[in-house]
Amino acid sequence: MSDIIRIKRGLDIKLKGKAEKIYRRTERPFFVALKPEDFVGLTPKLTVKPGDEVKTGSVLFYDKDHPEIKFTSPVTGIVSEIHRGERRRILEVIVKTADEDEFLTFNIKDPEYLSREEVITVLLESGMWPALRQRPYSIVARPSDIPKAIFISGFDSAPLAPDIDFIIKDNETEFRKGIDVLSTLTKGQIHLSVEAGYPICKSFANAGNVNIHKFSGPHPAGNIGVQIHHIDPLNKAEVIWYISPYDVVRTGRLFINGRLDNTLVLALTGSGVIRPAYVKTIVGACINSVVNGNVNNGDNRIISGNVLTGTRVETNGFIGFYDHQITVIPEGKHHEFVGWASPGFKKFSFYRAFWSWLRPDAEYDIDTNLKGGERAFVLTGLYEKVIPLDIYPMHLLKAIMVEDIDNMEKLGIYEVDPEDFSLAEFICPSKMELQDIIRKGLDLIRKETE
Amino acid sequence: MFHSTFDAFETFLFVPDRVTSHGAHIRDAIDMKRTMAIVVLALVPALLFGIWNAGYHHFMSAGIHAEFWEIVWFGFLKVFPLIVVSYVTGLGIEFAAAQIRGHEVNEGFLVTGMLIPLIMPVDVPLWMVAVSTAFAVIIGKEVFGGTGMNIWNPALIARAFLFFAYPSEMSGDYVWIAGLKGGENVIDGFSGATILAQAAAGKTTFVNGLGEAYSAWDMFLGKIPGSIGETSTLAILIGAGLLIYTGIGSWKIIVSVFAGGTLMGIILNVFAVNDFMRVPYWEHLIIGGFAFGAVFMATDPVTASQTEKGKWIYGFLTGILAVLIRVLNPAFPEGMMLAILFMNTFAPLIDHYVVEANVKKRLRRAEKVNLK
Repeated sequence: MSDIIRIKRGLDIKLKGKAEKIYRRTERPFFVALKPEDFVGLTPKLTVKPGDEVKTGSVLFYDKDHPEIKFTSPVTGIVSEIHRGERRRILEVIVKTADEDEFLTFNIKDPEYLSREEVITVLLESGMWPALRQRPYSIVARPSDIPKAIFISGFDSAPLAPDIDFIIKDNETEFRKGIDVLSTLTKGQIHLSVEAGYPICKSFANAGNVNIHKFSGPHPAGNIGVQIHHIDPLNKAEVIWYISPYDVVRTGRLFINGRLDNTLVLALTGSGVIRPAYVKTIVGACINSVVNGNVNNGDNRIISGNVLTGTRVETNGFIGFYDHQITVIPEGKHHEFVGWASPGFKKFSFYRAFWSWLRPDAEYDIDTNLKGGERAFVLTGLYEKVIPLDIYPMHLLKAIMVEDIDNMEKLGIYEVDPEDFSLAEFICPSKMELQDIIRKGLDLIRKETE
Repeated sequence: MFHSTFDAFETFLFVPDRVTSHGAHIRDAIDMKRTMAIVVLALVPALLFGIWNAGYHHFMSAGIHAEFWEIVWFGFLKVFPLIVVSYVTGLGIEFAAAQIRGHEVNEGFLVTGMLIPLIMPVDVPLWMVAVSTAFAVIIGKEVFGGTGMNIWNPALIARAFLFFAYPSEMSGDYVWIAGLKGGENVIDGFSGATILAQAAAGKTTFVNGLGEAYSAWDMFLGKIPGSIGETSTLAILIGAGLLIYTGIGSWKIIVSVFAGGTLMGIILNVFAVNDFMRVPYWEHLIIGGFAFGAVFMATDPVTASQTEKGKWIYGFLTGILAVLIRVLNPAFPEGMMLAILFMNTFAPLIDHYVVEANVKKRLRRAEKVNLK
């Protein structure tokens, strides 16, 4: 047990619509989909066509550049549609679910008796592998790499984020098994970060082979990138892997039951939700099955993930592969007469330029309005206040904008991810799209180095 | 066709109905307009005091006793046209430039347009305000690529332009009080010399036009001749409080400019060989344009250092230079303007070294790992 790592810079955005800690019943989804776009930089190669029958664990597509990385069906059923977008890019591989799951089974042994290669084979064949991602770039981990460490963030600090202790409660054995599996994959340590100030949940405390770190402070203290930066920062050419706690549980179940665990625990949150609560469903479930009848009337935006980094989805869309949260907030397509001059008692702001600072504990109902026009960079020293990394965000952004790879590396691009800039994007008075810029920079550097 | 112009008026009247499409789905309520409005609000105490002060000194020079509202009305008639001319000229050029480039109209000039009149002597001819504003916006800003790209503070460019192009209207003992230049209706023996001018002339006690000595309190409140907005340290500090509290102005720059000025003042006191060097260090902070420059000019985010460590260095050196130029260079009665413009020039260099230190730290960390 190490000392508490105190994150001082950041911001907790207090939104209305926190999920109550109960499970609400949902129907079994009629449709389930995997979305290749959830996986950064992936070029999918399909192995199924509409009408094919698939079992839980059957391959739907694989990575063209790394054919060993397979993406398997979370349910049993019939492939109903390949939804394509511009230039025939595959957006969704949709499976119509059968009433009962028929699982493909995998030959398993206790991870203790398996070699690294054997463990990797089981993870790859079952489709559990893509749950492991690497930094830099947040792409799916490459089985050929040996990461210097594996990181698990034991808490989510994003707005309205699910309580991970609640999600993995009563999964002590599975979590421990999952950690055993992961420890065969790295020669380094497994770092598990927890929130200081709360008792460590049983699953974490009894996880065995992990190095527990306590973090305190506002969002983004729960971001994996922030934790890596403060525990064991990434240098050029180094690779670490990371995985979510619930996916550790699923990995454990795979090695206990010999079949892919397709369950997903989800927090349904946001001011657009009538009764925010947790639900148990299936990986890639359609949004309809989860939010049906529990959303306010009116023009809403449904987000798979949180309000800062999530993906916009329609009601007939699907939950993202890595998401444990759905947020529903009102759309903000309205004008506000001389809004920039209003006192702003009800306007949430990082700055004390609105009277809302008088109510520090209030919860806010923030819509999707941009709340201003796009402008050039003018103010300085703001992004630093919400990015608790030892980098110069403005200089890094400018290096990316002029595509200066040498400077990007020097300024620490390997240590950042779009999500680390999401708060800066939120508070930016010039309304710049910072996450897009960072993603562009990372894509550029990945193409240069691969 | 007139998209920029339309956009400017639309966003002025309404917060637009545009919603987020990329990245974060929700955004802070702040925007550039709100930010700039806060800065203008912070300037209001200095402006109001400046209006009163213009009237106060005018009636004092004329030897007339006037009521409060008479004083304010006279000051208003003097100051308001300067503000109108500055905004009309500057915004006109900004709109035209935005239209030509197809950009949005940036809000930066809302602040610059208020700063320019506040750093002018009250009797400056209106056409000079127009010319200097045009010069500042075109040469000081637009040629560099517009808002966010300029190297020097545009308002100071306007002032520096006048200072060097029309020195007789920008310095001397006659320009700081309305009506003094013509000489009619001025009581005999009245002097309009600023405190800095008196100090440069080797005086040891500073007096007002009637020959009565100023108290430190007079200087702090601002009952002294000078540019319209610069005289009242109290009014400026109220504005500074607002800027710092809202998080829009950099407290690091403000504090470090005052720290630099104090240090230089003390050094000069210790090694004093003439009367100007003996002026107590704390007086430097409340006379001339020091406080105004520290709070509203040095803090301009575009032209100041952009790194937080750099801001300490930048502010500190600005304070040191301002007092140094003031006392040791008799050619320039006020050092603040030149000190800030000079440090504006060096701000990118300061940032470069600060960032370079961060880069080196990262490289050293990587080397350590490689050695293992």
